[in-house]
Amino acid sequence: MTAKKLGLKQRYAHMTRGLDWETSYQPMDKVFPYDTFEGIKIKDWSAWEDPFRLTMDAYWKFQAEKERKLYAVIDAFAQNNGQTGVTDGRYANVLKLFLTGISPEEYQAHRGFAYAGRHLRGVGPRVAAQMQSLDELRHIQTQIHTISHYNKYFDGLAEFPHMHDRVWYLSVPKSFFDDARSAGPFEFMIAIGFAFEYVLTNLLFVPFMSGAAYNGDMSTVTFGFSAQSDESRHMTLGIEVIKFLLEQHPDNLPIVQKWVDKWFWRGHRVLGLVAMMMDYMLPKPVMSWKEAWEIYFTEAGGALFQDLARYGLRPPKYADIATAEAEHISHQNWAIFYQYTHAAAFHTWLPDAKHMDWLSEKYPNTFDKYYRPRFEMWGQMAKEGKRFYNMALPQLCQTCQIPMGYTEPGDPTTICFRKTQFRGETYHFCSDGCKDIFEAEPEKFAQAWLPVHQIFQGNCGGATIPDVLNYYRMNVGADNMDYVGSPDEKLWNEWQADKIRTAV
Amino acid sequence: MSQLASLTLYHNDEARPIIEAIIADNPGVRVLNMPGAVKLDCEGSLVVKRASVEERLGRTWDPQEIHLVIISMAGHLDEDDDQFSVSWKH
Amino acid sequence: MTVQIKTLDMEPKRQTFGHVARRLGGDKPATRYQEATLDVQATANFHYKPQWEPEYWVYDTRKTAVVMADWYKPLDPRQYYYATYNIARANMNQAVERAFAFAEERGLIEKISAEARKQIEFGLLPLRHLHWGANMNMTEITQRGYGTAVTAPCIFSAGDHLGMAQVVSRIGLLLDGQTGVSLDMAKEVWMDDPAWQGVRKLIEDTFVERDFFQLFVAQTLAINGVVFDLIYKFADAGWKDAQIAVAMLTEFMSDWRADESKWSDSVIKTVAAESAENKALVSQWASDWIARAVEAARPLSAALLGDNGAQAEAAREATIKRARALGLTL
Repeated sequence: MTAKKLGLKQRYAHMTRGLDWETSYQPMDKVFPYDTFEGIKIKDWSAWEDPFRLTMDAYWKFQAEKERKLYAVIDAFAQNNGQTGVTDGRYANVLKLFLTGISPEEYQAHRGFAYAGRHLRGVGPRVAAQMQSLDELRHIQTQIHTISHYNKYFDGLAEFPHMHDRVWYLSVPKSFFDDARSAGPFEFMIAIGFAFEYVLTNLLFVPFMSGAAYNGDMSTVTFGFSAQSDESRHMTLGIEVIKFLLEQHPDNLPIVQKWVDKWFWRGHRVLGLVAMMMDYMLPKPVMSWKEAWEIYFTEAGGALFQDLARYGLRPPKYADIATAEAEHISHQNWAIFYQYTHAAAFHTWLPDAKHMDWLSEKYPNTFDKYYRPRFEMWGQMAKEGKRFYNMALPQLCQTCQIPMGYTEPGDPTTICFRKTQFRGETYHFCSDGCKDIFEAEPEKFAQAWLPVHQIFQGNCGGATIPDVLNYYRMNVGADNMDYVGSPDEKLWNEWQADKIRTAV
Repeated sequence: MSQLASLTLYHNDEARPIIEAIIADNPGVRVLNMPGAVKLDCEGSLVVKRASVEERLGRTWDPQEIHLVIISMAGHLDEDDDQFSVSWKH
Repeated sequence: MTVQIKTLDMEPKRQTFGHVARRLGGDKPATRYQEATLDVQATANFHYKPQWEPEYWVYDTRKTAVVMADWYKPLDPRQYYYATYNIARANMNQAVERAFAFAEERGLIEKISAEARKQIEFGLLPLRHLHWGANMNMTEITQRGYGTAVTAPCIFSAGDHLGMAQVVSRIGLLLDGQTGVSLDMAKEVWMDDPAWQGVRKLIEDTFVERDFFQLFVAQTLAINGVVFDLIYKFADAGWKDAQIAVAMLTEFMSDWRADESKWSDSVIKTVAAESAENKALVSQWASDWIARAVEAARPLSAALLGDNGAQAEAAREATIKRARALGLTL
């Protein structure tokens, strides 16, 4: 007699759902102490629908195969000195921002999904969260291994964990993930599983990694797409979480809506860094931020929120403002970093004439009118030997921690300032979105480790810029300043000259 | 308003039979080529049929093998032994 | 004629990252394990206290009573990072696939006696719940522990326990003709059979342990050493005429145990060797949890093997010996 082969769904049910039990020697509330304080009501954990039904044996098999392929590419890239074949030496700066600002967040996600994977009471979401925890560890480790080869030749990468904990702009992504990690398990799942992974992560990985491919960086595109193949599993987890919470109890709707609003706006602010990478830092741009936003937020997010409307969930608050900002955000961010690149661990530069024409074409409503004149003025100053560096420390938004450089909705010539009072102190914000987030949880956001405040309080090595750069472990004159005149540029030019010589 | 179900796959030899199967089985599919990747969009739902992939691949194919070539997706996922689909239908 | 091969001078500016070089004592080529592990977890300038545990930061050395000057001392001798871990497990799992295919083809399970079948249902299948409990503990250490050197292998271990719970489940499905009936029965045994209640209480008690390193000792030294070893190592006689079949189908578990203890023993040894205080604490925890595990294993050993707890005693002795070899005083 041969047994009937089980279908995928039944087999998976046998392999996971039956494993847990109601504890009786210790009370369930002590075994799972964190899944009630947020006010989320779950009537029936067994109603959870498993998204992808991967058992560990299949997980090991597929992931091992992906890793074998990925490391073959990484090895080949290093052996062939692939870094000499990218479009331009400037390209490496994308990887600097990635390794210092994004990879450490993959690690935070790894630990955060372990927290959810232990502390949610239902076995279904726990298994999915644990696999995601494993995947996120994969992502930081493969990113380190890929970029390790660039670190051998380019500056600004060597101190990435130290910088991540200290450097001013890296507190933007760090505080985002610290916020999610310090929240309860349900908010974490909505913040990272839904808002970040489902709504926003495509904006990071797909067009950006496609850009890496277009710029000749085959090892980065391979880890990017390979990571993204895990991401599709994560996206199904994210959408399942939100459906599950909304189906379980009507009282969950206002809580979930508040989190969706909060985390959409937090994510939008963090992704402004990606906008700048796509529009300014890829020597050969592949897709503008605005185009990516249209495909991945307006179109894909539109379909999603249309679907979730049946639960009474509305699209995130300020989604319209964020869409309007897609015309401006990359230009405003690049302008901020251009001014403060003496205190940043990557180089900036002015876009050349061809690149500016591309920006004019992609941003017909805004680039020529508001941004080109400023870049041309700075170009003129640089030509006169007066490259513009802003030596004043900027004021930071209390929530997103970005310098206050964004403009009023509908008025791109006026900087947007908002403020509020809490326990007798005044707090400042870049936008209504960030102000709302603070006002909903003032005790939390008043705690923020704001880099500029910390510098003034003497907690960052001293009062002068050199003191602070020393505290950052910045290799001054190599890691920071304009690309023009940098050791990176010198090395790149040597490689190019040599290639021409060899060709002749 | 339009609701596109979507799959983004690697643009390589391994994914090609799957891409071709999707194009054949989903009339009206929109194909967006990017460096290294292909985004396939279809109104409402998009299906990958095991039989169609196997026909092109010339060997047995487990729908879970899509994990090796998938980059991104949009829609609710359903997978069983014969197909893999994403859709906005209920 | 001489041919000159023109090569570009590609001498690197640096061999590895700054934090790795400082640990290696100079700028030298580093391994992938080192680059993927050392100093990867954030250590400073956290923004917000966790709402769920405001007395600590998310990453906080005070979540255990043992003190390490450097939590990157307890390294993994296997040097696992994600890729090497998954490739190792995929390889181990190929043997599992072969064993199950062989057992199905030859009807290995159909041929065993009713007595052996009953023993497996009673003594082996409920272990899938203990694996799930162990998975919860290793996931807890992953989230609560300090330093990537210790926490990253813990999520690997959590994945292993889930995988092993699934191997045990597959043995059940093989026994019951893929209906799941045996798994439901095994759950009843786990929940209600007096012989298993000590083990269930033991693992439930670990679920509420807040000290992450005490939990590490309880799980990897005491529970793995006493309870899992009792079933996978000391209970051969209990499987009657199915000894070979069980040995084949649980080969993964013996491979895993050798692999895991290489790491977990080394972590315990390193932490205990850090200071007299650590040694006293770890020894106390080990002694306490081993005693509790033996207490729990005794009735199981008696019921499965009719030995009045003798094999539980054998597992105890082996574990004590192991603990002493790690420098603990018991």
